Amino acid sequence: MPTVEVSFTALPAHVRTARLVALAVARRAGVDEQILDEVRLAVGEACSRAVNVHQSKSPESPVMMRLTDEQDRFTVEVVDCGPLEDAMGEPSLGQLDAEALASPDATSEPIPDLLPPGFGLAVISGLVEDVAVTSDVDGTHVRMTWPATDVMAPESR
Amino acid sequence: MDLSLSTRTEGDRTVVTVGGEIDVYTAPKLREQLIDLVSSGNYHLVVDMESVDFLDSTGLGVLVGGLKRVRAHEGSLRLVCTQERILKIFRITGLTKVFPIHASVDEALKASD
Repeated sequence: MPTVEVSFTALPAHVRTARLVALAVARRAGVDEQILDEVRLAVGEACSRAVNVHQSKSPESPVMMRLTDEQDRFTVEVVDCGPLEDAMGEPSLGQLDAEALASPDATSEPIPDLLPPGFGLAVISGLVEDVAVTSDVDGTHVRMTWPATDVMAPESR
Repeated sequence: MDLSLSTRTEGDRTVVTVGGEIDVYTAPKLREQLIDLVSSGNYHLVVDMESVDFLDSTGLGVLVGGLKRVRAHEGSLRLVCTQERILKIFRITGLTKVFPIHASVDEALKASD
């Protein structure tokens, strides 16, 4: 059972709330202060991606974030309703050409500000060592795990 | 924490001072600011990110968009950032090769290609 479960309307404004909650639970779980920034960024990327997916597929349904603190691991799972094909074929960071992204292309008007779909996931995989992205008919799960020192006795949780 | 934005002119360059969190919610404000500057003829931008507390890929996208816009006018977009936690996302994404990143606004103002 998750330690904390957050379900939020798929609006960009709530992504910050999700980051703050994840950060607070990670800190309590004993995740090293030095990797809390990584947790914050990865959670933000996963939730932003989920919000974007929901806004195009199913704006009414909430995004789910599950935070689990067990023994020496802290796990964040972000679940969206994007179908299988959404998570398939998304670019890995190695396939992204940063130079090409930023080159002024006279033919590409209006200038897109959004990085390619899948960029957020690519950032997560560049950032987090232990990450798994899985997809089924109901949606996509992004599961990220970090080490946590077990500073609190189980009964104090 | 919301996003704070202010701009000032230094010679032929415009310094955009950004503070707070640049994420999926606040990035549109920064995008509008950059679009306004470029459409009013400011093609040499220095974006001071020293007070930025958080930057995600949506924010990166807006900066890349800004860079494309100024380059379309043979302009420049320089970043000022020394914070490791912000620099990290530029490194992960390879965008350190795309943006000139300076240690201070003074350095960015003096720099030329």
